[in-house]
Amino acid sequence: MTIGVAGNKDHKSIIATFMLKKRIKQDRIFRLILFAAGGYILFIMGLLFFTLSQGSIPVLEYMGLEFFYGIDWNTVEGRETYGILPYVIGTLLSSAIAMVIAVPVSLMIGVFLSEMTGPRVSTPISFIIEILASVPSVIYGLWAFFVFRFWLVDYVELPLHKAFGENIFLFARTPFGLDIFSAGIVLAIMIIPIISAVMREIMKTVPNSQREAAYSLGATRWEMVKTAIVPYAKSGLLGASILGLGRAIGETVLVTMIIGGAKGPLAIPDSLFSPSNTISALTAQNFAEASGLQLSALIGGALVLVILAFGINLLAHFMVSRMVKTVPTA
Amino acid sequence: MHEKYLGQLQKRSSKRKLTDRLVSFAAIACVVIVLIPLCSIIFEVVNRGGHVINWRFLTDIPRGFNTEINGGLGPSIQGTLILVGLASLVSVPVGILTGIYLSEFAGNGRFPSSVRLINDILNGMPSIVIGLLAFLTLVLAMGSYSVTAGAFALSIIMTPIVVRVTEESLKLIPMTVREAGHALGIQKWKVSMFVVLMAAKKGVLTGIVLGIARIAGETAPLLLTIGGTRSFFGGFDSSVDAIPVRIFQYARSPFDPANSAAWGGALILIVLVLIVSVALRLIVEGKSFGTKAHTL
Repeated sequence: MTIGVAGNKDHKSIIATFMLKKRIKQDRIFRLILFAAGGYILFIMGLLFFTLSQGSIPVLEYMGLEFFYGIDWNTVEGRETYGILPYVIGTLLSSAIAMVIAVPVSLMIGVFLSEMTGPRVSTPISFIIEILASVPSVIYGLWAFFVFRFWLVDYVELPLHKAFGENIFLFARTPFGLDIFSAGIVLAIMIIPIISAVMREIMKTVPNSQREAAYSLGATRWEMVKTAIVPYAKSGLLGASILGLGRAIGETVLVTMIIGGAKGPLAIPDSLFSPSNTISALTAQNFAEASGLQLSALIGGALVLVILAFGINLLAHFMVSRMVKTVPTA
Repeated sequence: MHEKYLGQLQKRSSKRKLTDRLVSFAAIACVVIVLIPLCSIIFEVVNRGGHVINWRFLTDIPRGFNTEINGGLGPSIQGTLILVGLASLVSVPVGILTGIYLSEFAGNGRFPSSVRLINDILNGMPSIVIGLLAFLTLVLAMGSYSVTAGAFALSIIMTPIVVRVTEESLKLIPMTVREAGHALGIQKWKVSMFVVLMAAKKGVLTGIVLGIARIAGETAPLLLTIGGTRSFFGGFDSSVDAIPVRIFQYARSPFDPANSAAWGGALILIVLVLIVSVALRLIVEGKSFGTKAHTL
């Protein structure tokens, strides 16, 4: 302990104690500031639940539990009805389509980047995939609306419709590109870079001894991936997929532009090629003119979405969180 | 007997090899399939947006009624920069302090664990819900759409990213660095702020840049908070415009000139995000936490 003042022993020790106290106090203050910063995070989450619950009280009082299972959406005064079910279905279904495509493709990309190639190939490709992950969703939406949906109709939806339309209800409707199927596909294109970047990181954490053990038993590369990598990294890979799912169910502008914006019972899709809607897209479409009960209904929808997202991310947190070092570009 | 087994083995082994080849082929096909949209997006954005970009488009206010491009996106560009700047002003200190808390001070008690958990969940919250939160608090309290509400929403989206990356970067710094600081009698807060944080500054910077890249393109929360306007910044309690919101509105317009302007906006936005991403890459490439810490 350095003290600048000379003096007798008592004097010195008094000053030393004083300085020490000051130093300890500084640490305490700093600790308090840090504690407050951490508390801020909790506060925001609490505020989110509080304001959304508060805001959805009017519609819940008006509609009762029917808000959750009702399918009509009528904003005309005097005949107002609000049911959130079709949009919950649309949200879950479009995300499910996206996941069915995105998870296997991302797994393959992860395998390619971490197991099949050296850094000379995987570094530039990883870079490109990271760029894809950082493209704003409004640009995906723009591209999907003006470019991609026409490809999709011409090369995927119409051929499917012509081949199976009469026999399988999934392909029954005449497609024109603004439907739940195209929304699912574009969501998949958006979340594949996110999921595959995390999956690559997770596969890299598998120790080489696992790979060597599989190879020394004579496994081919695919068998090695199947028996050594996937079981070892199972929870991380699952968590990465769930992270992607979280992104898909909350996506707003992209879905708004491509899903067709149906309302009420029409938003429950009866085939892959029918227009639908999601909770977040509904909010984006109707927010500008919403007030009173309708605003409250949109807030109630958001509350449902928050609960969904909370559950999904809770799962992802415990599965992936401490296996990946940095935040996936998410 | 022996030959029979050998034959079976060979047959099976060639089948295994075939499967292996097929899977490898499928993996390569997946990578190619994913690269196609990127090429298409970049091609279309440059092709359709390139010809509307000129000095006037970058600086003038929007004029005309969507039926002709006459004017530009000046206010939107300015608005995006102000929104991102204001959001960073909140998110960077809060995020770094929380990161320091979680890595240096907190341990694994109940409070820090719940901060970690809630932080991760907040990171995955749909952005439109965050926008609704900002609307229900700031917009309703202030009585108008405002740049403050927009920046508040964006800061809630950015903070969890900064927290997470800061915590992880600080944890990579070897214990010896902290011990050296304490051995010199330096207070813990100084060790955290000036030794550990400085040693991990590249990682922390990565988190900040990552957060900026994310919020620069956010659209949904801004739809509910900033109001949108055709004029330049007019104070913290008034409406602003932002590039993604303007793209969204122009894209939904039935008129061709407005659509072209949307592509022009997309080009500006993608260039902004690319610059940020490349900066991120440069930061990461020059980084090596361990050696950096040892040379201190």
